[in-house]
Amino acid sequence: MTTFKRAKGFWLSILLSLILFGVIQGLISSGVLNAFYQNTLILIGINIILAASLHLIIGITGQFSIGHAGFLAVGAYVSAIVTMKFELPFIVAIIIAGIIAALAGLLIGIPSLRLKGDYLAIATLGFGEVVRIFFLNTEYVGGASGMIVSHMTTWPLVFVAVLITLVVIRNFTNSTHGRACISIREDETAADSMGINTTYYKVVAFGIGAFFAGIAGALYSHNFYIILPSSFGFLKSFDILIFVVLGGLGSLSGSVLAAILLTVVTTYLADYPDTRMIIYSVVLIAMMIYRPQGLMGTKEFTSIFKRKGGAKHDDKQTIA
Amino acid sequence: MTTNKPLLKVDSVGIQFGGLKAVSNVDLELYPGELVGLIGPNGAGKTTFFNLLTGVYVPTEGTISLDGKNLRKFPPYKINQLGISRTFQNIRLFGDLSVIDNVKVAYHSLAKHGIFSSIFRLPGYFIGEKQMDEKAIEFLKIFNLDQQKDELAKNLPYGQQRRLEIARALAANPKLLLLDEPAAGMNPQETHELMNLISFIRDKFQLTVLLIEHDMQLVMGVCERIYVLDHGQLIANGQPEAIRNNPKVIEAYLGEEVLS
Amino acid sequence: MEIFQQLVNGLSLGSIYALIALGYTMVYGIVKLINFAHGDVFMIGSFVGFYSITILELSLIPALLISMAACALLGVIIEKIAYKPLRNATRIAALITAIGVSLLIEYGFIYIRGAQSEAYPDNVVPSTNLDIFGVTINSKALLIFSIAIILMIILQVIVHKTMIGKAMRAVSHDADAARLMGINVDNTISATFAIGSALAGAAGVVFGIYYLKIEPLMGIMPGLKAFVAAVLGGIGIIPGAMVGGLLLGVIESLVSAFGASSWRDGVAFIVLILILIFRPQGLFGKNKKEKV
Repeated sequence: MTTFKRAKGFWLSILLSLILFGVIQGLISSGVLNAFYQNTLILIGINIILAASLHLIIGITGQFSIGHAGFLAVGAYVSAIVTMKFELPFIVAIIIAGIIAALAGLLIGIPSLRLKGDYLAIATLGFGEVVRIFFLNTEYVGGASGMIVSHMTTWPLVFVAVLITLVVIRNFTNSTHGRACISIREDETAADSMGINTTYYKVVAFGIGAFFAGIAGALYSHNFYIILPSSFGFLKSFDILIFVVLGGLGSLSGSVLAAILLTVVTTYLADYPDTRMIIYSVVLIAMMIYRPQGLMGTKEFTSIFKRKGGAKHDDKQTIA
Repeated sequence: MTTNKPLLKVDSVGIQFGGLKAVSNVDLELYPGELVGLIGPNGAGKTTFFNLLTGVYVPTEGTISLDGKNLRKFPPYKINQLGISRTFQNIRLFGDLSVIDNVKVAYHSLAKHGIFSSIFRLPGYFIGEKQMDEKAIEFLKIFNLDQQKDELAKNLPYGQQRRLEIARALAANPKLLLLDEPAAGMNPQETHELMNLISFIRDKFQLTVLLIEHDMQLVMGVCERIYVLDHGQLIANGQPEAIRNNPKVIEAYLGEEVLS
Repeated sequence: MEIFQQLVNGLSLGSIYALIALGYTMVYGIVKLINFAHGDVFMIGSFVGFYSITILELSLIPALLISMAACALLGVIIEKIAYKPLRNATRIAALITAIGVSLLIEYGFIYIRGAQSEAYPDNVVPSTNLDIFGVTINSKALLIFSIAIILMIILQVIVHKTMIGKAMRAVSHDADAARLMGINVDNTISATFAIGSALAGAAGVVFGIYYLKIEPLMGIMPGLKAFVAAVLGGIGIIPGAMVGGLLLGVIESLVSAFGASSWRDGVAFIVLILILIFRPQGLFGKNKKEKV
């Protein structure tokens, strides 16, 4: 039925992704895409993972979390410790980073049970700051001077991580569990009264979201040769938040699109950081006033394809 | 039709918010299959009472038992799983979910495929989702909402939204259905259809129904018994005719839309 | 007596937090918005005071008043342009806009004048050490505390004894009812922003006088901490902001004194998380149940 159609669509997207990978690999080996572009691609990949993971927490489950950089930091530092101090393989570091970050996510998920809206936002902001300050004060990881980390992140690794992240989040969303989370976003009281264990799913959302942010952290820390606590402050959380909000709260495609777009913009404005911030903030304010649903609202790319199938209704929610 | 054991037994239940006793000393019994009304002037505590039954509020005094089981320690979602379902005064649908997805949410607690199975698309996922899909469509057909199954709930006209909310509540397969002012905002024609719908579902699903309503035509028309609440306390209970003529009830409603 | 010294430091710092916290709590009370840009109003106030003192060569009180006036104006402008259109929007949209405004002020200011810091002259206020009951109290600290107390008293008078104060309280309670009573809700909201921002401006000048160094991003941390103070006291409750601010300042100073000075920034957030877990309504707040 519809699930079967979706299965076909799923394998189609996998195929397209592999083709995309092949194309880009080809461009790299033939020298068309030099190191600068490769690095940008890696950055885009990391940001897509971050955007998708935050999307699950805010866009799908409606939990207002603005301390996502905290999970990123946990993943970054934990993975760095695993490779630099324990000299274990990068893959192991990535997985451990994800797991530890997920635990942090569960930890945050628990207070979130009692807090809503603004209060939750501030609590998560506080959490993000506490994590940053913790690493700032920990000499084991270099404190304020940061930690030197060998370069281990490669483009194929990032690509695979992005693929896994998107598939997992999409699969989670397109299931009864995803619906449970969306019901929490839509109306938590009604969800409760319909038998949804809202506590459980809020914690799960934070856990999964944090897991992938941790993965992103591992990829991040092994890409820039050094990690500093100052990179994981509120501004970083805000950068990730913008991906999700600009893309459209509730749209995975939107978050991905916004992550790609904004990473490219940031890279080209890298020489003008202050101008970038000014443009960002003006665009953000204008967007909230004139088009708060962001680029894609709650729609996904696949809903454009569904229209061809003879659907008469315009405003469809297909959860990708 | 009525058996010895009540389905729902409420004993001297009350709740206090700070200094305000929103509900106090309420006794109520519902037997399986009954269609009972709960009326009272605005602010009488009817919705608060529903919130007590569904676990949104914890009573500060008294007990609530469903099929002999004390509901006190259970969170709302568990109480729903135990068999109480409700609709809300201001419709609380999942607006950005489709009609069919709204109903599927009610099936969630029975789903056998877990998160792992869903993420890795194991066979259990496909089987489970297919079952939910089929069940939901069949269910929507009963309520004449199957044509709009992919429509976003927020885009439905008001009457259909109300119907969907009731359908969703029923999809959870409850023993007891609580309806909070289902006829609000409806014209006489729609109210009449609603009355038929309520009787129909009570019979078809073998439910017990407790209904809050202001529309006296509806209440007198379908309810077998009526409880009357005023200022958080029970001031009368009995057959519709007796309630209609009860001086205390008339007095409570004085100044409001009087019993027609 | 080391601990009393720290107490004094704490109360001075706390006065600054309190003044900023008042703006947060008043705005939240009336429009349920966390004004993320408030910390940057504090920063602007500090710079306006700086320029008044160095370029216009004014003394403390005129500089203070100019700064307060400028910030009041800034607060009203921000409200009209960025927040008013979003009065009926979702919480998240309003919060994000507030963050946007904050960034705009910070980086706009840096764009205009660069990111370098400035230093208040040390001699605006005499800095002598007074010996009171065996405790060494710096006259600057005393002055800050006094200014803060005076402003808070004035605020209490405004809120409780004037028409606009009454209007503010009414709108905080129920904006629609207030409107039906003939209160101009828009003007009341503007007035709230104006007063809150003026207090932040005063805090900025006072900060500059005590700590001397000011820079464009100086508002971020004090802003966040002042918000924590507001939550600590009970968001929306004016005496709560005052007590919360002073308390937070003292806690921070004591933590700093007991050796964990690199954690002083973390203190505020740990306090925040603890408060939100154990008593989210704050010290003075009442437990409100959501009406279903």
